[in-house]
Amino acid sequence: MEPNFGAVVTVTNSGQRRTPKVAKTSSVAKKAVMAVSGIILVLYLIAHMVGNLKLFAGAETFNGYSEWIRRIGEPAVPGQTVLWIIRVVLLVAVVAHAWAAVSLWRQAKRARPQQYVARKAVAQSYASRTMRWGGVILALFIVYHILDLTLGVANPEGHDSTPYDRAVAGFSNPFITAVYVVALLALGFHLRHGIWSATQTLGQSNRTRERTVNAFATVFAVVLTAGFLIPPLSVLVGIIE
Amino acid sequence: MNLKLRVWRQRSAAEKGKMVTYEVTDVSPDMSFLEMLDVLNEQLILNGEDPVSFDHDCREGICGSCGVMINGRAHGNGLFDSHPQTATCQLHMRSFKDGDTIDVEPWRATAFPLIKDLAVDRSALDRIIQAGGYISAPTGTAPEAHSILVAKKDSDAAFDAATCIGCGACVAACPNASSMLFTSSKVVHLGLMPQGQPERNDRVVNMIHQQDLEGFGGCTNIGECSVSCPKGISMENISRLNHDLLGALRAGARPKS
Amino acid sequence: MALELFTVGEPIADTKAPTDVPIGERWSERRFRAKLVNPANRRKLTVIVVGTGLAGGAAAATLGEAGYKVKSFWYQDSPRRAHSVAAQGGINAAKNYRNDGDSVHRLFYDTVKGGDFRARENNVHRLAEVSTAIIDQCVAQGVPFAREYGGLLDNRSFGGTQVSRTFYARGQTGQQLLYGAYQALERQMAAGTVEQHARTEMLDLIVVDGKARGIVARNLITGEISTHFADAVVLATGGYSNVFYLSTNAKGSNATAIWRAHKRGALFANPCYTQIHPTCIPVHGEYQSKLTLMSESLRNDGRVWVPKERGDTRDPRQIPEAERDYYLERIYPSFGNLVPRDIASRQAKNVCDEGRGVGPNGLGVYLDFAEAIGRLGRPAIEAKYGNLFDMYAQITGEDPYEVPMRIYPAVHYTMGGLWVDYDLQSTIPGLFVIGEANFSDHGANRLGASALMQGLADGYFVLPNTINDYLASGPFDKVDDTNPAAIEALEGVRAQTERLLSINGNRTTASFHRELGRLMFDLCGMERSEESLRKALDRIPEIRQEFWTNVRVPGEAGRFNQSLEHAGRVADFIELAELMCVDALHRNESCGGHFRAESQTPDGEALRDDENYAYVAAWEWTPEGVPPVLHKEDLEFEYVHLAQRSYK
Repeated sequence: MEPNFGAVVTVTNSGQRRTPKVAKTSSVAKKAVMAVSGIILVLYLIAHMVGNLKLFAGAETFNGYSEWIRRIGEPAVPGQTVLWIIRVVLLVAVVAHAWAAVSLWRQAKRARPQQYVARKAVAQSYASRTMRWGGVILALFIVYHILDLTLGVANPEGHDSTPYDRAVAGFSNPFITAVYVVALLALGFHLRHGIWSATQTLGQSNRTRERTVNAFATVFAVVLTAGFLIPPLSVLVGIIE
Repeated sequence: MNLKLRVWRQRSAAEKGKMVTYEVTDVSPDMSFLEMLDVLNEQLILNGEDPVSFDHDCREGICGSCGVMINGRAHGNGLFDSHPQTATCQLHMRSFKDGDTIDVEPWRATAFPLIKDLAVDRSALDRIIQAGGYISAPTGTAPEAHSILVAKKDSDAAFDAATCIGCGACVAACPNASSMLFTSSKVVHLGLMPQGQPERNDRVVNMIHQQDLEGFGGCTNIGECSVSCPKGISMENISRLNHDLLGALRAGARPKS
Repeated sequence: MALELFTVGEPIADTKAPTDVPIGERWSERRFRAKLVNPANRRKLTVIVVGTGLAGGAAAATLGEAGYKVKSFWYQDSPRRAHSVAAQGGINAAKNYRNDGDSVHRLFYDTVKGGDFRARENNVHRLAEVSTAIIDQCVAQGVPFAREYGGLLDNRSFGGTQVSRTFYARGQTGQQLLYGAYQALERQMAAGTVEQHARTEMLDLIVVDGKARGIVARNLITGEISTHFADAVVLATGGYSNVFYLSTNAKGSNATAIWRAHKRGALFANPCYTQIHPTCIPVHGEYQSKLTLMSESLRNDGRVWVPKERGDTRDPRQIPEAERDYYLERIYPSFGNLVPRDIASRQAKNVCDEGRGVGPNGLGVYLDFAEAIGRLGRPAIEAKYGNLFDMYAQITGEDPYEVPMRIYPAVHYTMGGLWVDYDLQSTIPGLFVIGEANFSDHGANRLGASALMQGLADGYFVLPNTINDYLASGPFDKVDDTNPAAIEALEGVRAQTERLLSINGNRTTASFHRELGRLMFDLCGMERSEESLRKALDRIPEIRQEFWTNVRVPGEAGRFNQSLEHAGRVADFIELAELMCVDALHRNESCGGHFRAESQTPDGEALRDDENYAYVAAWEWTPEGVPPVLHKEDLEFEYVHLAQRSYK
């Protein structure tokens, strides 16, 4: 009997071995896309949060600030060029982040189609457990947020109002503020795990750094979330009118 | 003590499985978990029932054959504060209390097809090793051992990674069914040794590629793997693997088709 | 000697070692004289390797690298599970890195002496020669051996020697060495030179025209029983300690491959030479399924003692120094706690027999680290033995940093095995036997850290050279499933499988195994006498009879059936146990691990009888009812002079 050496033969129960779908992009590469796009979004969020705090400086300063954003780069480049570059980069980052997330989510679902009857998490934090649905909430929120405060179409003041008026009008409504609070808390948790995870994914963590990275992620998530929460809550309680 | 066991019974991958309840009496606290299953099986055989299949061999926590989910935890690691992380065979019944109900399930992952009851096929892990988890040193080619010096720090760290027993608990515990901790332990072990440098880039790229082909999930750095690992392999290895992989991809390494 | 036990056949001898040159040149001379196989012809030759431990894994990888077509078989799910993985302490090599007087000749001398002059000098010398290349090979593979701060390899000392020649990787040396071989093997599987047969158990040997040409094996997942053919068959299936039920072997470790080969004509040498390891965790209950070894390296720093008074049940920490008996240090002042395993085990048994044993059932002695912790500090002890201490704590629930460990001897290794010549070929041409499965290098007692050395020596360096000489006369005539020998073997395995499943009696396989094991430990264990052995030989046939009429093996043949696997193995253990007792009874002397109560010095040491027993006892299988045939291979000691072993 001539043995067949053409291919590596695995003589385990070959009947039940599925032919796996060829993985086109490595799962780690996807994770790197997620980490890098996440970092871009985080950098944007820092600037966004700082800008929001200008609400406390009054309508004129805040409206002036939002007007300045449109004029960055002028006169070297035509009006709104830099703004559009930022918007395109953000859009690409969000799409890439979501694509990688959905792709890995599906991979995880395929990797364990049958769930455990009993399962107990020990290391998993609330933050890490809610990454995916938290991400979905954030995606929906971003759409609403742009309609509300950027385009103004979903804002009580309408689209021809000033940014300051839109913010004050929206956050005076407890329901709208509640939506923002929920979304921002989701953002906080998302950042808490995301920052740690990105550090791991980009290969920058090690045993001595692990504690520092985790502590930083917590502090950063709290500060950023708080920074975002202060203006809407201030409007709601009447500190900003 | 007396216990109620709920055990996953499934005659083959093709048939449907379910949890079946058994009462086990007179369990000694000095028994290992597998010895308790032995006692159950002897009862089942004498009652004319089918004994529970489970993989096991060395029963001293080193061969990596055994492994079941115990109350939702791989090897039961993480259920007991006082008990160090071990393989199932080194979990002793003194960790449980009289009257406890214990759920016992197999590792569940697409990459680990079920064979029978609690036994699964983990050959996917071997194929990850085949993809590059070695140093090419054909017999007879080796230089004198002391011609290669390895700093103690690197040697110790390599050893820590190399203690992985390939049991698959990391996959079983991972919410994504990812084998990243397993793969990273080998990548890091060999990557820390001077002998492992020539193949370092290709190794990591090919092993990760094979891991994806086998149908494992992606790592999201949750950490269930490390706290379920009988050898306590650190999450640090995953970060090191990622570092190596991104460097290798930048250097132009691509998986063998 | 009662003649009905066995008959004496023709003597045998190794004809392959070139004894016309000095011992130090024999291995290179043999390699020179052995025929070679042209690399282009190797592709046409198939070799079956059964087992993937240190010997089998290394051999399959090396033969694959050489260009042979290799078929590798193992019963576990992965080659990495082979029980070599559990070896803790280390691996010897005559590197003399410590400049402490070590040399190839000293390792050779220590091994022959440690084996109580019952090993073949030529094989042992070769083992010592090859030992240094093993370390080089393993380092090149990336095995993370323990190192010093300067980056050099660290060494420690081990029982039975006075030099530091043991290389180690914390307490997991076997694991790391095995993974080196496993990775080399997986590399060859990926390269397509090694065909893999996971979860496939060899159940018979196919012998065609007097040559080993294949095996019958059962796929343990599907239950399919099929034939596999080759030009040569290599057995690397380990030892048979599980005859004793409780041993430090893995639960699946079995003698089936070598026993079935024995029944096909391979002589079985020195079956009674079993090693009882002195430092194991004591038995704690009826349901216990296996014993756990604590590395012998612990005896480097731990001191063995029992209370001077019998029945002293005080907490060990409350017993003052003056009331303790550090009996190994007392009896063997020069080797102290580092005497060879057989001696350490027997002395533990002696003090327990005197009623001075400790622990719940009085079968245990203390291994105390208080002095070492005081001298070196707890961190140093943790670094050296941390994983062993953790393992002890997990199993016993006691903290060995605080309370002395309790240890007791347990069956650990079998020096006996299939008879092989210098080429590691058995008496069936084309059947090679390597590692623990053969009998060759350790005589009547194996020194610590020598099993890993022998397994890797055989697998990496010896077999891949010697097998060429046999294969050079191949490829042999084609054999396939239509060959009568193949049909007969296949049908035999099927018939036995069906028979086991059809008995449907009232006892489980495990209950027979436990009964056999207890009987063997009591009657053919650390101390044997004519009386005990005759009792065992009366009882074993009864156990066999009852097994074949009253065992209950559930399930089906055509499915994953672990009960069926176990039953087949126990059936073979019962037959092997009988041969072990015959061998032990016929060898009316004490040597190494074989201690006959009738043959001891006035102070209770093993007393050899070189006049009458300086030979290898190689047994030929005979059908039930016919006594086995003894073939003697006389042992000659040209280089190490026969002397009473003394470790005082």
